[in-house]
Amino acid sequence: MFNEMKMDDQVREPYRALVDWMEASGPEVLEQKRLEAETLFRKIGITFAVYGEGGDPERLIPFDLIPRIFTAGEWRKLDRGVKQRARALNLFLYDVYHNAEIIKAGIIPADLIFKNDAFEPAVIGIDPPRKVYSHIVGVDIVRTGPEDFYVLEDNCRTPSGVSYMLENREIMMRMFPDLFKSLRIEPVESYPDMLLKTLKSIAPPKCDREPNIVVLTPGAMNSAYYEHSFLADQMGVELVEGQDLFVYEDRVYMRTTRGPARVDVIYRRIDDAYIDPLCFRSDSVLGIPGLMNVYRSGGVAICSAPGAGVADDKAVYTYVPDMIRFYLGQEPILNNVQTWKCGKPDDLKYVLEHLGELVVKEVHGSGGYGMLVGPASTKEEQVAYAQRIKADPDDFIAQPTLALSACPTFVESGIAPRHVDFRPFCLVGDDIRLAPGGLTRVAMRDGSLVVNSSQGGGVKDTWIMSD
Amino acid sequence: MLSRTADNLFWLSRYVERAENMARLMEMGYRMALMPAVVDGNRSEWESVLSASGCASSYDPDAPLRQEEVANFLIFNRDNPSSIINCFESARASARAMRTAITAEMWEALNNSLMELRRPSMQNLAKNELPEFIDWVKRQGSLFRGTTDSTILRNDGYDFIRLGTFIERADNTARLLDVKYYVLLPETSMVGDGVDNYQWTTVLRAASSLRAFHWVYRDDYSPHRIAHFLILNPFSPRSLAHCAEQITYHLDRLARHYGQRHNVHGQAVEMYSLLTQSEMDEIFSNGLHEFLTDFQGRNRALSNAIGEAYYFGGQ
Repeated sequence: MFNEMKMDDQVREPYRALVDWMEASGPEVLEQKRLEAETLFRKIGITFAVYGEGGDPERLIPFDLIPRIFTAGEWRKLDRGVKQRARALNLFLYDVYHNAEIIKAGIIPADLIFKNDAFEPAVIGIDPPRKVYSHIVGVDIVRTGPEDFYVLEDNCRTPSGVSYMLENREIMMRMFPDLFKSLRIEPVESYPDMLLKTLKSIAPPKCDREPNIVVLTPGAMNSAYYEHSFLADQMGVELVEGQDLFVYEDRVYMRTTRGPARVDVIYRRIDDAYIDPLCFRSDSVLGIPGLMNVYRSGGVAICSAPGAGVADDKAVYTYVPDMIRFYLGQEPILNNVQTWKCGKPDDLKYVLEHLGELVVKEVHGSGGYGMLVGPASTKEEQVAYAQRIKADPDDFIAQPTLALSACPTFVESGIAPRHVDFRPFCLVGDDIRLAPGGLTRVAMRDGSLVVNSSQGGGVKDTWIMSD
Repeated sequence: MLSRTADNLFWLSRYVERAENMARLMEMGYRMALMPAVVDGNRSEWESVLSASGCASSYDPDAPLRQEEVANFLIFNRDNPSSIINCFESARASARAMRTAITAEMWEALNNSLMELRRPSMQNLAKNELPEFIDWVKRQGSLFRGTTDSTILRNDGYDFIRLGTFIERADNTARLLDVKYYVLLPETSMVGDGVDNYQWTTVLRAASSLRAFHWVYRDDYSPHRIAHFLILNPFSPRSLAHCAEQITYHLDRLARHYGQRHNVHGQAVEMYSLLTQSEMDEIFSNGLHEFLTDFQGRNRALSNAIGEAYYFGGQ
């Protein structure tokens, strides 16, 4: 297992200053800082609710004080790789809703796209502004060695977690001003500004003025509500709910104290299925009836565009390296993890024979739900899971259990290595922008590989060192 | 500004003000109960506090009307929508539903108030040291208004917050004065005697106005003067006249800002003139209770009219 901080009993170069500081400070100071940080989080109200668990709806996400650090050189590779992927994914989305060249070329099977639940027939042939579908691409990256980075999955709809990237940094700067003074750490605070620029750049064709931008949230009960309000606040735009918006003639308006005000760009944090009850789920009370008609006629831009989800499906994921080659004519800078598709008979056979070694996931699942981590599972769980796979093989993929890198983390017994992953947030509009940083998630339990916050994972600040 | 946000801001400040005023009502009850009972059947302070609070209908009819039970009902009862804990819960829920419209400092003030109030130790404090608990609640109100005053943009959102504060405060000052009505003074001979005057001064104390009153009227603690101070004197920060003045001021600011006047503007001016043109003698001879009841009705109508003018219920 690769330890981010230590290699061959030597402290790795990016961590040297931090380790010196920690040793000089001693455990009491660190414990004190840890308690201070928790109080700060509670006070600011940064919380993450977990669905279906009951209990405190505003649970704190565990924050770990020890940062995860990348060198400038490591970041350059990640930066190029993530942007390359975001570009290819958007070209792919435009393609499948227009001529579907990649299917005609025989690179991706037609059924995988056109029979996919996330494929949205309602947007076939529509040109979204700048031909961009996924304006915020969250790429989940894991590391297994000094030079070995793999993409675990792409999030093309509404990836969450960026507020933690920003708030973690705020807290760290308050707790460790000396470290920030003496080290050269790339700032991440420009993200909201970059997001606003991106959203402005995708104003719809009918918009003839400075676009009016809103963030659309399902409401305060949503687990990521804090992030929705945080981003709206940082960008200085309204945070709206479906009930605040309505369609009149061919435009979208919000209800204000002065009467209706036109809306041009909607950064929605609501799933496709709920945004327009006239077009998608008719029982949705979160959406805006008639929104899709306005979208079709160029009266409003929606970020991410409806239908973008077909690119981040776990089965489509396996073809992303092919997309990069097909659309960009380049070799992928970041590799995929080897993946077996249970829909293929040979792969299915292999997966069923090796359940104890593999991680098996539902193709459409997210948030770490409904997966089987082979080495951590019991025989009974494997047998039950095998039944599920056999019932609908197309619905499952499997990957080797990777030896995820580990980063030192505060735990009950002191400081111990815990597995981490990394999610940078790439912005796509008139330009492709990537803030130097991202969200490092950490599995708080010893040996656990599941870093999702909905499964008890925590977060760390991520430092990119300047040259 | 979103109508929903304006609605939330308005109610957020109403709830904070209401929590504080529930505490002030209890302060009155507590002080009145310290007076020796001179007449049989005169021990009805807590019953009158309950009546004046407007929550009597959700009080368990079999529960005794003693400090411990009534205070607990007004502070911690979850079925009482106006209990102090529910006021803070509602205020925080409103704040959370529009985090972008309030400042971090305001949020922290509200969030901390509720976190502290949820601690079990607060139940003991309220039970054993009610005056200290009352002070705590008043401090939370001050904290919220202070952070609002020093951090929020002076835009339309500020006006909605202030409207909520003064609509609620006017309602509550009227209720405080009305407690006197509910405390039975069975014989006319008692009006104006020692107990009666003491009870009137408790109204001033509960309105944090004893010192201020002293500066204005010296030592003339007559019911007439005290009622004047809390109803018609525009310099008294909790008087109905001052509240009405602030309400018209903020409604005028909104009208200038939006370039549009509504029915509510006329209604507010009417309420304000009622208070600037009335005389205390006239109010007493027509009945103080009747005057206060009429005022509360107008104040409620004004609150509804604000909602209509700014589309709180949608468009």
